[in-house]
Amino acid sequence: MQNKDSIKNTLLIGIGLCLVCAAVISVIAVGLKELQKSNAVLDQQKKIVAAADLKGFYGTTESAFDSIEEKIIDIEEGLITDISTKKYDLSKELKDPSRYIALSSIEDIATIKKRENFSKVFLEYREDQLNTVILPVRGYGLWGILYGYLAISSDLNTIVGLEFYQHKETPGLGAEVDNPKWKALWRGKKIYDENGEILIKVVKGKVDNNTDMSTYEVDGLSGATLTSNGVSNLLAYWLGDSGFKKFLNNLKQENING
Amino acid sequence: MAKTSEVLLSPIFKDNPIALQVLGICSALAVTSKLYPTLIMCVALTATITLSNFFISLIRNIVPSNIRIIVQMTIISSLVIIVDQLLKAYDYETSKTLSVFVGLIITNCIVMGRAEAYAMQNGPYMSMVDGFGNGLGYSVILIIVGSIRELIGSGQLLGVQILPLVSEGGWYVSNNFFLLPPSSFLIIGLFIWFLRSWKTEQVEPAEFKMSKNAPKEVKADHA
Repeated sequence: MQNKDSIKNTLLIGIGLCLVCAAVISVIAVGLKELQKSNAVLDQQKKIVAAADLKGFYGTTESAFDSIEEKIIDIEEGLITDISTKKYDLSKELKDPSRYIALSSIEDIATIKKRENFSKVFLEYREDQLNTVILPVRGYGLWGILYGYLAISSDLNTIVGLEFYQHKETPGLGAEVDNPKWKALWRGKKIYDENGEILIKVVKGKVDNNTDMSTYEVDGLSGATLTSNGVSNLLAYWLGDSGFKKFLNNLKQENING
Repeated sequence: MAKTSEVLLSPIFKDNPIALQVLGICSALAVTSKLYPTLIMCVALTATITLSNFFISLIRNIVPSNIRIIVQMTIISSLVIIVDQLLKAYDYETSKTLSVFVGLIITNCIVMGRAEAYAMQNGPYMSMVDGFGNGLGYSVILIIVGSIRELIGSGQLLGVQILPLVSEGGWYVSNNFFLLPPSSFLIIGLFIWFLRSWKTEQVEPAEFKMSKNAPKEVKADHA
Protein backbone atom coordinates (compact mmCIF):
# COMPACT_ATOMS: atom_id res chain seq x y z
CA MET A 1 0.00 0.00 0.00
CA GLN A 2 1.02 3.51 -0.79
CA ASN A 3 2.43 5.65 2.02
CA LYS A 4 -0.54 7.40 3.57
CA ASP A 5 1.50 10.47 4.46
CA SER A 6 2.55 11.19 0.86
CA ILE A 7 1.59 14.54 -0.60
CA LYS A 8 -0.59 12.86 -3.18
CA ASN A 9 -2.55 10.99 -0.55
CA THR A 10 -2.86 14.08 1.64
CA LEU A 11 -4.39 16.08 -1.18
CA LEU A 12 -6.60 13.22 -2.22
CA ILE A 13 -8.03 12.66 1.25
CA GLY A 14 -8.38 16.37 1.93
CA ILE A 15 -10.23 17.16 -1.28
CA GLY A 16 -12.25 13.96 -1.23
CA LEU A 17 -13.45 14.52 2.32
CA CYS A 18 -14.41 18.12 1.60
CA LEU A 19 -16.41 17.07 -1.43
CA VAL A 20 -18.23 14.32 0.42
CA CYS A 21 -19.05 16.57 3.39
CA ALA A 22 -20.11 19.44 1.15
CA ALA A 23 -22.38 17.16 -0.86
CA VAL A 24 -24.03 15.67 2.23
CA ILE A 25 -24.61 19.08 3.83
CA SER A 26 -25.96 20.56 0.61
CA VAL A 27 -28.43 17.75 0.15
CA ILE A 28 -29.66 18.05 3.72
CA ALA A 29 -29.80 21.85 3.71
CA VAL A 30 -31.72 21.98 0.45
CA GLY A 31 -33.99 19.16 1.53
CA LEU A 32 -34.92 20.86 4.78
CA LYS A 33 -35.13 24.39 3.44
CA GLU A 34 -38.86 24.38 2.77
CA LEU A 35 -39.62 23.00 6.20
CA GLN A 36 -37.40 25.60 7.87
CA LYS A 37 -38.96 28.41 5.89
CA SER A 38 -42.47 27.36 6.74
CA ASN A 39 -41.39 27.04 10.38
CA ALA A 40 -40.12 30.60 10.41
CA VAL A 41 -43.27 31.88 8.71
CA LEU A 42 -45.49 29.89 11.05
CA ASP A 43 -43.58 31.24 14.03
CA GLN A 44 -44.25 34.81 12.88
CA GLN A 45 -47.90 34.07 12.22
CA LYS A 46 -48.25 32.54 15.66
CA LYS A 47 -46.88 35.67 17.28
CA ILE A 48 -49.09 37.96 15.20
CA VAL A 49 -52.18 35.93 16.00
CA ALA A 50 -51.18 35.76 19.67
CA ALA A 51 -50.62 39.53 19.88
CA ALA A 52 -54.06 40.15 18.43
CA ASP A 53 -55.57 37.35 20.53
CA LEU A 54 -57.40 35.89 17.53
CA LYS A 55 -57.00 32.18 18.14
CA GLY A 56 -60.05 31.97 20.37
CA PHE A 57 -62.24 33.58 17.74
CA TYR A 58 -61.02 31.71 14.68
CA GLY A 59 -60.08 28.35 16.20
CA THR A 60 -56.63 27.77 14.73
CA THR A 61 -53.60 29.93 14.02
CA GLU A 62 -53.88 29.18 10.31
CA SER A 63 -57.49 30.21 9.93
CA ALA A 64 -56.89 33.27 12.09
CA PHE A 65 -53.99 34.30 9.95
CA ASP A 66 -56.00 33.75 6.77
CA SER A 67 -58.45 36.37 7.94
CA ILE A 68 -55.70 38.95 8.38
CA GLU A 69 -54.83 41.30 5.54
CA GLU A 70 -51.19 42.18 5.05
CA LYS A 71 -50.49 45.68 3.78
CA ILE A 72 -47.37 47.67 3.06
CA ILE A 73 -47.72 51.19 4.36
CA ASP A 74 -45.73 54.34 3.77
CA ILE A 75 -44.83 55.41 7.29
CA GLU A 76 -44.14 59.05 6.39
CA GLU A 77 -47.51 59.50 4.68
CA GLY A 78 -49.33 57.17 7.00
CA LEU A 79 -51.11 55.61 4.04
CA ILE A 80 -51.57 52.09 2.74
CA THR A 81 -49.73 51.52 -0.53
CA ASP A 82 -50.41 48.88 -3.15
CA ILE A 83 -46.91 47.43 -2.97
CA SER A 84 -46.99 43.63 -2.93
CA THR A 85 -46.34 42.10 0.48
CA LYS A 86 -44.86 38.97 -1.04
CA LYS A 87 -41.33 40.21 -1.44
CA TYR A 88 -41.21 42.53 1.55
CA ASP A 89 -38.28 41.83 3.84
CA LEU A 90 -37.40 44.23 6.62
CA SER A 91 -33.71 43.33 6.64
CA LYS A 92 -33.50 44.16 2.93
CA GLU A 93 -35.31 47.47 3.43
CA LEU A 94 -32.76 48.46 6.03
CA LYS A 95 -29.87 47.83 3.64
CA ASP A 96 -31.02 50.22 0.92
CA PRO A 97 -30.34 53.86 1.94
CA SER A 98 -33.12 55.11 -0.30
CA ARG A 99 -35.62 53.01 1.60
CA TYR A 100 -34.87 54.00 5.17
CA ILE A 101 -34.09 57.14 7.12
CA ALA A 102 -31.20 57.36 9.54
CA LEU A 103 -32.37 58.62 12.90
CA SER A 104 -30.61 61.33 14.85
CA SER A 105 -29.87 60.49 18.46
CA ILE A 106 -32.65 62.80 19.69
CA GLU A 107 -35.30 61.16 17.54
CA ASP A 108 -33.97 57.68 18.13
CA ILE A 109 -35.47 56.95 21.53
CA ALA A 110 -35.79 53.24 20.75
CA THR A 111 -32.10 53.06 19.66
CA ILE A 112 -32.82 51.43 16.32
CA LYS A 113 -30.61 53.77 14.22
CA LYS A 114 -32.61 53.29 11.01
CA ARG A 115 -36.32 53.44 10.30
CA GLU A 116 -37.70 51.87 7.17
CA ASN A 117 -39.90 54.02 4.91
CA PHE A 118 -42.25 51.16 4.22
CA SER A 119 -43.56 48.80 6.82
CA LYS A 120 -45.68 45.69 6.69
CA VAL A 121 -48.74 45.93 8.92
CA PHE A 122 -51.59 43.52 9.50
CA LEU A 123 -55.26 44.38 9.52
CA GLU A 124 -58.02 42.15 10.73
CA TYR A 125 -61.56 42.90 9.57
CA ARG A 126 -64.79 41.46 10.88
CA GLU A 127 -67.86 42.03 8.71
CA ASP A 128 -65.96 44.70 6.76
CA GLN A 129 -65.24 46.60 9.94
CA LEU A 130 -61.66 47.04 11.05
CA ASN A 131 -61.27 45.06 14.26
CA THR A 132 -57.54 44.90 15.02
CA VAL A 133 -54.42 46.58 13.70
CA ILE A 134 -51.14 44.76 14.25
CA LEU A 135 -47.97 46.81 13.95
CA PRO A 136 -44.38 45.59 13.88
CA VAL A 137 -42.30 47.27 16.60
CA ARG A 138 -38.72 47.00 17.68
CA GLY A 139 -36.29 48.66 20.05
CA TYR A 140 -33.23 48.15 22.17
CA GLY A 141 -33.59 46.40 25.51
CA LEU A 142 -30.59 45.38 27.59
CA TRP A 143 -28.60 43.04 25.33
CA GLY A 144 -30.07 43.66 21.95
CA ILE A 145 -33.06 44.68 19.90
CA LEU A 146 -36.44 43.26 20.82
CA TYR A 147 -38.64 42.55 17.80
CA GLY A 148 -42.34 42.24 18.30
CA TYR A 149 -45.91 42.96 17.32
CA LEU A 150 -48.30 45.38 18.95
CA ALA A 151 -52.01 44.78 18.39
CA ILE A 152 -54.41 47.69 18.76
CA SER A 153 -58.20 47.42 18.70
CA SER A 154 -60.53 49.28 16.34
CA ASP A 155 -60.68 52.47 18.42
CA LEU A 156 -56.95 52.76 17.59
CA ASN A 157 -56.16 53.64 21.17
CA THR A 158 -56.66 50.42 23.14
CA ILE A 159 -53.96 47.77 23.22
CA VAL A 160 -54.99 44.19 22.58
CA GLY A 161 -51.61 42.61 23.09
CA LEU A 162 -47.85 42.90 22.76
CA GLU A 163 -45.78 39.94 21.68
CA PHE A 164 -42.05 39.71 21.05
CA TYR A 165 -40.75 37.15 18.59
CA GLN A 166 -37.05 37.79 18.90
CA HIS A 167 -34.93 39.20 21.70
CA LYS A 168 -31.76 38.54 23.64
CA GLU A 169 -32.90 39.51 27.14
CA THR A 170 -31.72 37.63 30.25
CA PRO A 171 -33.71 34.44 30.92
CA GLY A 172 -35.88 34.84 34.00
CA LEU A 173 -35.43 38.61 34.13
CA GLY A 174 -35.76 40.56 30.90
CA ALA A 175 -36.92 37.49 29.01
CA GLU A 176 -40.05 37.60 31.15
CA VAL A 177 -41.43 39.80 28.34
CA ASP A 178 -42.56 36.37 27.13
CA ASN A 179 -44.34 35.58 30.37
CA PRO A 180 -48.08 35.14 29.63
CA LYS A 181 -49.00 36.79 32.95
CA TRP A 182 -47.07 39.93 32.03
CA LYS A 183 -48.33 39.96 28.47
CA ALA A 184 -51.90 39.76 29.78
CA LEU A 185 -51.35 43.06 31.62
CA TRP A 186 -51.26 44.92 28.32
CA ARG A 187 -54.78 44.09 27.35
CA GLY A 188 -57.10 47.12 27.55
CA LYS A 189 -54.36 49.65 28.26
CA LYS A 190 -54.75 52.99 26.48
CA ILE A 191 -52.05 54.59 24.38
CA TYR A 192 -52.87 58.29 23.85
CA ASP A 193 -54.70 60.82 26.02
CA GLU A 194 -57.33 63.21 24.58
CA ASN A 195 -54.61 65.46 23.18
CA GLY A 196 -52.85 62.67 21.37
CA GLU A 197 -50.00 62.56 23.86
CA ILE A 198 -48.42 59.12 24.26
CA LEU A 199 -48.84 58.05 27.86
CA ILE A 200 -48.46 54.28 27.65
CA LYS A 201 -45.40 53.06 29.50
CA VAL A 202 -43.93 50.37 31.68
CA VAL A 203 -43.52 51.68 35.22
CA LYS A 204 -41.06 50.62 37.87
CA GLY A 205 -42.72 48.22 40.28
CA LYS A 206 -46.49 47.76 40.44
CA VAL A 207 -49.07 50.05 38.88
CA ASP A 208 -51.07 52.01 41.41
CA ASN A 209 -54.64 51.25 40.36
CA ASN A 210 -56.07 54.20 42.26
CA THR A 211 -54.62 56.87 39.99
CA ASP A 212 -56.00 58.13 36.67
CA MET A 213 -52.77 57.10 35.02
CA SER A 214 -53.25 53.40 35.68
CA THR A 215 -54.98 52.81 32.34
CA TYR A 216 -51.77 53.93 30.65
CA GLU A 217 -49.36 51.93 32.79
CA VAL A 218 -48.06 48.38 32.91
CA ASP A 219 -46.15 46.74 35.79
CA GLY A 220 -42.39 46.74 35.38
CA LEU A 221 -40.46 43.49 35.09
CA SER A 222 -38.74 43.01 38.42
CA GLY A 223 -34.96 42.88 38.08
CA ALA A 224 -35.15 44.07 34.49
CA THR A 225 -35.37 47.85 34.60
CA LEU A 226 -33.46 48.32 31.36
CA THR A 227 -35.65 45.88 29.47
CA SER A 228 -38.76 47.58 30.90
CA ASN A 229 -37.44 50.97 29.84
CA GLY A 230 -36.60 49.54 26.45
CA VAL A 231 -40.20 48.40 26.00
CA SER A 232 -41.50 51.85 27.04
CA ASN A 233 -39.09 53.53 24.64
CA LEU A 234 -39.91 51.35 21.68
CA LEU A 235 -43.62 51.95 22.15
CA ALA A 236 -43.04 55.69 22.53
CA TYR A 237 -41.07 55.66 19.30
CA TRP A 238 -43.33 53.51 17.15
CA LEU A 239 -46.53 55.14 18.35
CA GLY A 240 -45.05 58.61 17.92
CA ASP A 241 -44.86 61.01 14.99
CA SER A 242 -41.94 59.31 13.31
CA GLY A 243 -43.60 55.92 13.85
CA PHE A 244 -47.16 54.84 13.16
CA LYS A 245 -49.07 57.77 14.65
CA LYS A 246 -49.98 59.25 11.30
CA PHE A 247 -51.12 55.90 9.99
CA LEU A 248 -53.27 55.33 13.07
CA ASN A 249 -54.79 58.81 12.75
CA ASN A 250 -55.57 58.19 9.09
CA LEU A 251 -57.22 54.89 9.96
CA LYS A 252 -59.26 56.63 12.64
CA GLN A 253 -60.39 59.25 10.11
CA GLU A 254 -61.36 56.50 7.73
CA ASN A 255 -63.30 54.75 10.46
CA ILE A 256 -65.30 57.91 11.20
CA ASN A 257 -65.96 58.69 7.54
CA GLY A 258 -66.65 55.15 6.48
CA MET B 1 -18.76 -7.80 25.97
CA ALA B 2 -17.43 -6.72 29.34
CA LYS B 3 -15.19 -4.27 27.54
CA THR B 4 -18.08 -2.72 25.64
CA SER B 5 -20.05 -1.95 28.77
CA GLU B 6 -16.88 -0.65 30.39
CA VAL B 7 -16.28 1.75 27.49
CA LEU B 8 -19.93 2.77 27.51
CA LEU B 9 -20.39 3.29 31.24
CA SER B 10 -17.06 4.52 32.53
CA PRO B 11 -17.45 8.06 31.11
CA ILE B 12 -20.61 8.53 33.14
CA PHE B 13 -19.12 8.63 36.63
CA LYS B 14 -15.68 7.07 36.58
CA ASP B 15 -14.17 9.11 33.80
CA ASN B 16 -16.68 11.88 33.26
CA PRO B 17 -15.66 14.31 30.51
CA ILE B 18 -16.86 17.36 32.45
CA ALA B 19 -16.23 16.37 36.04
CA LEU B 20 -12.88 14.60 35.66
CA GLN B 21 -11.43 15.82 32.40
CA VAL B 22 -13.05 19.27 32.85
CA LEU B 23 -13.85 19.63 29.16
CA GLY B 24 -16.84 21.24 27.47
CA ILE B 25 -17.61 23.55 30.39
CA CYS B 26 -18.64 26.42 28.12
CA SER B 27 -21.85 24.92 26.86
CA ALA B 28 -22.60 23.48 30.29
CA LEU B 29 -22.78 27.06 31.51
CA ALA B 30 -24.60 28.54 28.59
CA VAL B 31 -27.54 26.32 27.78
CA THR B 32 -28.60 25.00 31.18
CA SER B 33 -30.89 27.74 32.47
CA LYS B 34 -33.91 25.67 31.42
CA LEU B 35 -34.17 21.89 31.32
CA TYR B 36 -35.81 21.45 27.93
CA PRO B 37 -33.15 23.18 25.82
CA THR B 38 -30.61 21.34 27.96
CA LEU B 39 -32.10 18.00 26.93
CA ILE B 40 -32.06 18.99 23.27
CA MET B 41 -28.45 20.08 23.63
CA CYS B 42 -27.57 16.70 25.20
CA VAL B 43 -29.20 14.84 22.33
CA ALA B 44 -27.44 17.08 19.80
CA LEU B 45 -24.03 16.57 21.38
CA THR B 46 -24.46 12.84 21.93
CA ALA B 47 -25.52 12.36 18.31
CA THR B 48 -22.62 14.43 17.06
CA ILE B 49 -19.95 12.72 19.15
CA THR B 50 -21.26 9.21 18.42
CA LEU B 51 -21.33 9.76 14.68
CA SER B 52 -18.11 11.75 14.51
CA ASN B 53 -16.28 9.01 16.40
CA PHE B 54 -17.75 6.46 14.01
CA PHE B 55 -16.76 8.26 10.81
CA ILE B 56 -13.35 9.28 12.05
CA SER B 57 -12.60 5.75 13.17
CA LEU B 58 -13.78 4.47 9.79
CA ILE B 59 -11.19 6.46 7.88
CA ARG B 60 -8.49 6.49 10.58
CA ASN B 61 -6.14 4.23 8.62
CA ILE B 62 -6.08 6.33 5.47
CA VAL B 63 -5.97 9.79 7.02
CA PRO B 64 -2.51 11.37 6.66
CA SER B 65 -1.33 12.24 10.16
CA ASN B 66 -0.35 15.80 9.26
CA ILE B 67 -3.89 16.80 8.34
CA ARG B 68 -5.74 14.55 10.77
CA ILE B 69 -6.97 17.42 12.98
CA ILE B 70 -8.40 19.23 9.96
CA VAL B 71 -10.04 16.03 8.81
CA GLN B 72 -11.59 15.56 12.26
CA MET B 73 -12.79 19.16 12.33
CA THR B 74 -14.35 18.82 8.87
CA ILE B 75 -16.28 15.75 9.88
CA ILE B 76 -17.38 17.22 13.20
CA SER B 77 -18.40 20.53 11.61
CA SER B 78 -20.42 18.79 8.93
CA LEU B 79 -22.27 16.75 11.54
CA VAL B 80 -22.94 19.82 13.67
CA ILE B 81 -24.32 21.73 10.69
CA ILE B 82 -26.60 18.80 9.93
CA VAL B 83 -27.81 18.68 13.54
CA ASP B 84 -28.42 22.44 13.46
CA GLN B 85 -30.35 22.19 10.20
CA LEU B 86 -32.49 19.34 11.54
CA LEU B 87 -33.22 21.30 14.69
CA LYS B 88 -34.26 24.36 12.70
CA ALA B 89 -36.58 22.19 10.66
CA TYR B 90 -38.16 20.15 13.43
CA ASP B 91 -37.87 22.13 16.65
CA TYR B 92 -37.76 25.76 15.63
CA GLU B 93 -38.54 27.20 19.08
CA THR B 94 -35.68 25.38 20.78
CA SER B 95 -33.29 26.13 17.95
CA LYS B 96 -33.98 29.81 18.59
CA THR B 97 -33.19 29.38 22.30
CA LEU B 98 -30.01 27.42 21.69
CA SER B 99 -29.05 29.67 18.78
CA VAL B 100 -25.29 29.79 18.52
CA PHE B 101 -24.57 27.05 21.04
CA VAL B 102 -25.48 24.22 18.70
CA GLY B 103 -22.90 25.57 16.26
CA LEU B 104 -20.41 25.76 19.09
CA ILE B 105 -20.53 21.98 19.54
CA ILE B 106 -17.83 22.10 16.84
CA THR B 107 -15.46 23.66 19.33
CA ASN B 108 -16.56 21.45 22.20
CA CYS B 109 -13.37 19.84 23.48
CA ILE B 110 -15.15 16.60 24.35
CA VAL B 111 -15.92 15.86 20.70
CA MET B 112 -12.44 16.72 19.48
CA GLY B 113 -10.85 15.02 22.46
CA ARG B 114 -12.61 11.72 21.92
CA ALA B 115 -11.89 11.80 18.19
CA GLU B 116 -8.21 12.29 18.78
CA ALA B 117 -7.83 10.10 21.86
CA TYR B 118 -10.08 7.18 21.01
CA ALA B 119 -11.47 7.10 17.49
CA MET B 120 -8.05 7.44 15.86
CA GLN B 121 -6.88 4.25 17.59
CA ASN B 122 -9.95 2.03 17.76
CA GLY B 123 -12.44 0.35 15.47
CA PRO B 124 -15.68 2.01 14.35
CA TYR B 125 -18.00 0.04 16.61
CA MET B 126 -16.05 0.61 19.81
CA SER B 127 -15.54 4.24 18.86
CA MET B 128 -19.26 4.69 18.52
CA VAL B 129 -19.78 3.13 21.94
CA ASP B 130 -17.11 5.40 23.39
CA GLY B 131 -18.67 8.47 21.77
CA PHE B 132 -22.11 7.54 23.02
CA GLY B 133 -20.76 6.90 26.53
CA ASN B 134 -19.04 10.28 26.63
CA GLY B 135 -22.20 11.90 25.30
CA LEU B 136 -24.06 10.31 28.20
CA GLY B 137 -21.42 11.51 30.67
CA TYR B 138 -21.85 15.04 29.35
CA SER B 139 -25.63 14.69 29.42
CA VAL B 140 -25.72 13.49 33.03
CA ILE B 141 -23.96 16.63 34.22
CA LEU B 142 -25.97 18.94 31.98
CA ILE B 143 -29.26 17.43 33.08
CA ILE B 144 -28.30 17.73 36.75
CA VAL B 145 -27.21 21.35 36.28
CA GLY B 146 -30.24 22.16 34.12
CA SER B 147 -32.71 20.65 36.61
CA ILE B 148 -31.20 22.43 39.59
CA ARG B 149 -31.03 25.76 37.77
CA GLU B 150 -34.56 25.65 36.43
CA LEU B 151 -35.98 24.47 39.76
CA ILE B 152 -34.21 27.05 41.91
CA GLY B 153 -34.16 29.81 39.32
CA SER B 154 -37.75 29.72 38.18
CA GLY B 155 -39.47 27.09 40.32
CA GLN B 156 -40.18 24.96 37.28
CA LEU B 157 -39.14 21.71 35.66
CA LEU B 158 -39.60 21.40 31.90
CA GLY B 159 -41.82 24.47 32.10
CA VAL B 160 -44.17 22.92 34.67
CA GLN B 161 -44.47 24.98 37.85
CA ILE B 162 -43.23 22.84 40.76
CA LEU B 163 -42.70 25.56 43.35
CA PRO B 164 -45.44 28.21 43.20
CA LEU B 165 -43.83 31.63 42.87
CA VAL B 166 -44.59 34.54 45.16
CA SER B 167 -45.24 36.73 42.12
CA GLU B 168 -47.98 34.32 41.13
CA GLY B 169 -49.53 33.93 44.57
CA GLY B 170 -47.36 31.07 45.88
CA TRP B 171 -44.65 30.97 48.51
CA TYR B 172 -41.43 30.47 46.59
CA VAL B 173 -39.10 33.39 45.98
CA SER B 174 -37.09 32.46 42.92
CA ASN B 175 -33.34 32.88 43.05
CA ASN B 176 -32.39 34.82 39.96
CA PHE B 177 -28.72 33.98 40.37
CA PHE B 178 -29.48 30.48 39.16
CA LEU B 179 -30.75 31.85 35.86
CA LEU B 180 -27.36 33.36 35.14
CA PRO B 181 -24.51 31.28 33.68
CA PRO B 182 -22.07 31.61 36.62
CA SER B 183 -24.38 29.54 38.84
CA SER B 184 -23.38 26.49 36.79
CA PHE B 185 -19.83 26.85 38.07
CA LEU B 186 -21.18 26.44 41.56
CA ILE B 187 -23.25 23.37 40.70
CA ILE B 188 -20.52 21.72 38.64
CA GLY B 189 -18.03 22.46 41.42
CA LEU B 190 -20.28 20.87 44.02
CA PHE B 191 -20.85 17.91 41.73
CA ILE B 192 -17.11 17.37 41.28
CA TRP B 193 -16.65 17.59 45.04
CA PHE B 194 -19.42 15.06 45.61
CA LEU B 195 -18.05 12.75 42.92
CA ARG B 196 -14.51 12.84 44.27
CA SER B 197 -15.60 12.17 47.84
CA TRP B 198 -17.46 9.14 46.52
CA LYS B 199 -14.78 7.93 44.11
CA THR B 200 -11.68 8.97 45.96
CA GLU B 201 -9.33 7.65 43.27
CA GLN B 202 -10.31 10.72 41.22
CA VAL B 203 -8.69 13.05 43.71
CA GLU B 204 -5.57 14.47 42.12
CA PRO B 205 -2.34 14.58 44.14
CA ALA B 206 -1.66 18.07 45.41
CA GLU B 207 0.68 20.00 43.14
CA PHE B 208 2.49 21.56 46.05
CA LYS B 209 2.39 21.35 49.78
CA MET B 210 1.29 24.25 51.90
CA SER B 211 4.06 25.13 54.28
CA LYS B 212 3.36 25.71 57.93
CA ASN B 213 2.71 29.24 59.00
CA ALA B 214 6.05 29.74 60.74
CA PRO B 215 6.65 32.73 63.00
CA LYS B 216 8.71 35.43 61.37
CA GLU B 217 12.37 35.30 62.10
CA VAL B 218 14.05 38.49 63.07
CA LYS B 219 16.82 39.02 60.63
CA ALA B 220 20.04 39.89 62.32
CA ASP B 221 22.04 41.07 59.36
CA HIS B 222 20.40 44.39 58.63
CA ALA B 223 22.81 47.09 57.84
